[in-house]
Amino acid sequence: MFNWGEYIDESLLETFEEQTGIKVNYKTFPDNETLYSTLQSSMGEYDVIIPSDYMIARMIDEEMLERIDLNNIPNYEKISDSYKHLDYDPGNEYSVPYTWGTVGLIYNTTMVSEAPTSWKALWDEQYKGQILMFDNSRDCIGIALKVLGYSFNTTDEAQIKEAVDLLIEQAPLVQAYVMDQIFDKLEVGEAAMGPYYAGDAITMMESNPDLAFVLPEEGANLFVDAMCIPKGAPNKENAEAFINFMCSDEAAVANCEYIGYSTPSDSAREKLEPELAQNPIAYPDEETLSRCETFINLPEEILKLYDSEWLRLKGAGG
Amino acid sequence: MKNRRNRILAAPYVGWMAVFVVIPLFLVVLYAFGFDSKEGFTLGNFTQIHQYAGIFANSFVLALFATAICLLLGYPAAYFLAREVPAVRRLATIIIMLPMWMNFLLRTYSWMSLLENTGLINRFLRAIHFFDLFGPEKGYFTMINTPGAVVLGMVYNFLPFMILPIFSVIDKIDNRVIEAAQDLGADSVTVFSRIIFPLSLPGVLSGITMVFIPSVSTFVISKLLGGGKTILLGDLIDMQFYGSTYNPHLGSAISLVMMVLVMAAMALMNRFGAGEEEAMLF
Repeated sequence: MFNWGEYIDESLLETFEEQTGIKVNYKTFPDNETLYSTLQSSMGEYDVIIPSDYMIARMIDEEMLERIDLNNIPNYEKISDSYKHLDYDPGNEYSVPYTWGTVGLIYNTTMVSEAPTSWKALWDEQYKGQILMFDNSRDCIGIALKVLGYSFNTTDEAQIKEAVDLLIEQAPLVQAYVMDQIFDKLEVGEAAMGPYYAGDAITMMESNPDLAFVLPEEGANLFVDAMCIPKGAPNKENAEAFINFMCSDEAAVANCEYIGYSTPSDSAREKLEPELAQNPIAYPDEETLSRCETFINLPEEILKLYDSEWLRLKGAGG
Repeated sequence: MKNRRNRILAAPYVGWMAVFVVIPLFLVVLYAFGFDSKEGFTLGNFTQIHQYAGIFANSFVLALFATAICLLLGYPAAYFLAREVPAVRRLATIIIMLPMWMNFLLRTYSWMSLLENTGLINRFLRAIHFFDLFGPEKGYFTMINTPGAVVLGMVYNFLPFMILPIFSVIDKIDNRVIEAAQDLGADSVTVFSRIIFPLSLPGVLSGITMVFIPSVSTFVISKLLGGGKTILLGDLIDMQFYGSTYNPHLGSAISLVMMVLVMAAMALMNRFGAGEEEAMLF
C-alpha cells in the first residue's frame, strides 16, 4: 500500500485488518513524480498505489499497471458514473477512483472590487502585485490555455507558446509563483487572489472567512486520484479486497470526512455530514462540473516543450 | 602499530564517505552520460545545457553578490572578534552560531514573514508613520520576491561560514610577528595590509568557498524569498527530478556541469592564495 502523505484515515487500516485478517503495510509518497520514480526501481513490492489521473495515464502507457478484476470489487457499483470512463482510463480497466477535486480561484473578498468569475481576473491591472500563480508548469500554463479557450491537454505547440506569451504578459502583475506558501499569503491578506485546490480552499476559508472560492467560467481542472495495482503486485487478490473495502460506504465516509477531499461514491456522499456534503466548493453542481477538464498524460516532446517554455517565462519574469 | 590503529579508527568515516559521497557522485556522472536511459550512452544531455546559460549566469551573479557582502561584513567581525578577550569571544561565537541551532527552512520562512508587504517590517514602519514622508499612496516597501531578497537570504544563512574560518585563522597569527612589524616602523595600515591580511588569506578563501558553493546551488531561498520569479540552478535541477518533466539524466548533467564550474572557480581562486589546508572551521 503506497499513498500520499496525510491522505487516508489511518484507523481504517486497522478496521480492514480486523475484518479480513490481511496485514496492511502502509507507506507514503510526496508527489506523483516520486511515486513514479520509486516504482521504476521497485516493481513487485507494492499492491495498491494511488496516483493522480495524468500519472495513471502515463503508467498505463508504460505498462506499469495490472488490470483490475471488477468482479472482485462489488462496491464498485457505488461509484458515480461521472467518475467512470474518464480520459485517463477510458476503458475503466486499471483504476478505481479514490477521491476527486477541482482547481479554482481563491480570492479575498475585501481586496477585490468585484467578485471574479473568470481566470482573466489574474490579468487585471488593478491587482498588480496582489496576484499569486502556481509554481508548477502544468497548472500555470493550463490556466493560460483556458483563458485562450484551449484544452489543458493540447498538443499544439503554437497554442502552448501563445499561452506562455500570455503568462509573460502577466508576469509584471504577479507577486509570486507559489505552491503551499499560498496558505500563508492568502490567509493573512498578503495577496488578493490565486489559484489552488478546492479542498485546500475550504481549509483556508476556515482560518480567514474573507476568502472565497470560484470555479472560473472558462473551465477548470478536475482531478481524480484513483487506486491502482502496479504490475507484479505480490498479493493481487488482497489488493482488490482492499480497494473494495475503501469503496464501502463506511470507509469512504470516514475517509472523506478526515481528509476533506470529495468522494466519488454517490451512496457515501449521502451519508456525509451535511455541512460537507452540501458544500458547493467540495461538490459543485453538474453544470459547473461539465466545464471542468481532467489532465491526461502528454507526449514526451510536449512535456519537454512545457519545460523550456516554463523557463522562458521565468527568464522573462526575473 | 599506530598506523594500523589509525586506519581502523578512520574506517567508519571512510565507509560513510564511500557510501554517501563517492557512490552518489559516481551515479551522478553515470546518469549524466545517459546510463539506464532509453538512448543509452550519450552526450546529448550536455549539448542541451547551453539553453540554460542565463540561469547559470544568474545563479553565479547572485552567489557572487552574496559572497562579497558576506566578506565585507564577515572580515571586520572576525578581525575584531579575534582581538577580544576570551569571555567576549566565547559569547560572540555562541551568538554567531545560535541561528544555526534552528532549522534552515524555518529561518528562511521567518524572513518571508518579515519581508512581506504586510510583514513585520512594513507593519512597524507603518505604525511609526514612516510612509507619510513619501506621500499618501505609498503603504509599504517592496522587499520580498526580488533578487535582493534572495541575496539577503543567502547572506543571512551563510554568513557564519564566512566569519568562523577567518576568525580561526586570525586568532592563530603570532602576535610577535605583528610586534616585529611595528618595531620596524610599520604603521597600523601597513601592518594590516602587509602582515595580517596576507596571513588570513587561507581563512578568507575557505570562507568564500563555504559561502559561494551553497549560495550557487540553493533552491529553497529563491523559492521562498524570490517568489519563484528568479529561477536558480538549484531550482532547475530540482525541476528535473521532481517537476513535471522527470529527467534525472539532464538533472545529473546540469549538476555535473555546475560542480565542474564551481571547482574550476575555486581552483583559480586558490592559485592566488596560500596553503588552503591551514584554514579550518575552528
